[in-house]
Amino acid sequence: MCLGVPGKVLEVTHTELGITGGKVEFGGVVKEVNLSYTPEVEPGQYVIVHVGFSISTLDEDEAQQVFRYLKEIGELEGLDAAGGED
Amino acid sequence: MRYVDEYRDPRAARRLVAEIRRTATKPRQIMEVCGGQTHTLIRYGIDELLSGAVDLIHGPGCPVCVTPLEKIDRALAVASRPRVVFATFGDMVRVPGSDGDLLRAKARGADVRIVYSPTDALALAEKHPDREVVFFAVGFETTAPANAMSVWMADKKGIENFSILVSHVRVPPAIRIIMDDPYSQVQGFIAPGHVCSIMGYREYEELAREYDVPFVVAGFEPLDLLQGLLMLVELMEEDRAVTRNQYTRSVRPDGNPQAKKIMNEVFEICGMTWRGIGPIAESGLRLRDRFAHYDAERRFDVESVKAEEPAACIAGAVLQGKKKPHECEAFGKECTPEHPLGAPMVSTEGACSAYYAFRKFEDVDHGV
Repeated sequence: MCLGVPGKVLEVTHTELGITGGKVEFGGVVKEVNLSYTPEVEPGQYVIVHVGFSISTLDEDEAQQVFRYLKEIGELEGLDAAGGED
Repeated sequence: MRYVDEYRDPRAARRLVAEIRRTATKPRQIMEVCGGQTHTLIRYGIDELLSGAVDLIHGPGCPVCVTPLEKIDRALAVASRPRVVFATFGDMVRVPGSDGDLLRAKARGADVRIVYSPTDALALAEKHPDREVVFFAVGFETTAPANAMSVWMADKKGIENFSILVSHVRVPPAIRIIMDDPYSQVQGFIAPGHVCSIMGYREYEELAREYDVPFVVAGFEPLDLLQGLLMLVELMEEDRAVTRNQYTRSVRPDGNPQAKKIMNEVFEICGMTWRGIGPIAESGLRLRDRFAHYDAERRFDVESVKAEEPAACIAGAVLQGKKKPHECEAFGKECTPEHPLGAPMVSTEGACSAYYAFRKFEDVDHGV
């Protein structure tokens, strides 16, 4: 129910009533999304979409933190830090 | 898909599993509140990979499962009225009411339509001014801003033939019920990442202090949940009852201010009955007086429809994490996704449905 899918914003439009809308791409599928809850979002950025609404703008730097962490523990244990490359 | 596939890397997952096993000096009882997270944990067998180190207790975070029987009966009553178009998310149509479900009502002639978004329901109302369009507004805090927006837009546009049947629930009061139970085994919580994308995690910081248990806000992919569990186990080992955020790519400490603003403008907090659990103070949302004329229960005068829940299944105990699905005698026998006795077998996020879909029966029969 609380399913949220990350998608890439292709286009941002400002419509009636101050509603922000736009087109968002999910792995090749493009859908109209209500972007009013992330009004600052720009084309090229990713949003998490739930029932046709963006609920957050995806922070691209923070999205890497789990991989940075994995690298860290990999190095600490003398494992291959690249993780999953082979 | 970007921001999905990389969080499912099996080798990285194994590394995190090993790290959790290395860190946990004794078995830890951890509850994931959200049904979407339960689904990932069971689907990828994470609970089995961590067996002996972490015992995952599945929580009540499935709105489809906790929508009270009375609301389903009211939905059936409204949907059966002439001129009504009853719009709903797909997973609600097979939830059993006292007499059938919405799908059966549709077979009997009711105009029940599955929509993807509440704004699709609003568009139906604009398209069919001669019909009454009712949207079944269920969900946790994640969904409330979207549902609130449909009412807010109807109000701004002066769309009168639209209303919503509200069955909204809030996570923190449910956590209180679980922790107030003297038999609760829960030592830490994975907090729901999308609820917190809206609400932030200040409420969970309060709960951590109040109940002296740690919380980690986590995402929904295997690596998110494994990293969240590792962070939680580390906090437990250090005996620290604080709140941490694993899902930093989506969750900010104070959540989404724009979403909270519309949600608070349209809805207010109220008491709510949870299916299988009972009444929980301040655990629901209802329309504020200013938007009361968009309340379908008032508009169609179905507030007198009452229902008592049958004691046929152990959904309540499953939803509170007291029992696992396969501990129910009806599981996989009288109760299947095709013929569900209780709502947790209906929704794909229900614990019973997840166990049924991803566990082999021989495993289930022997217990986990």
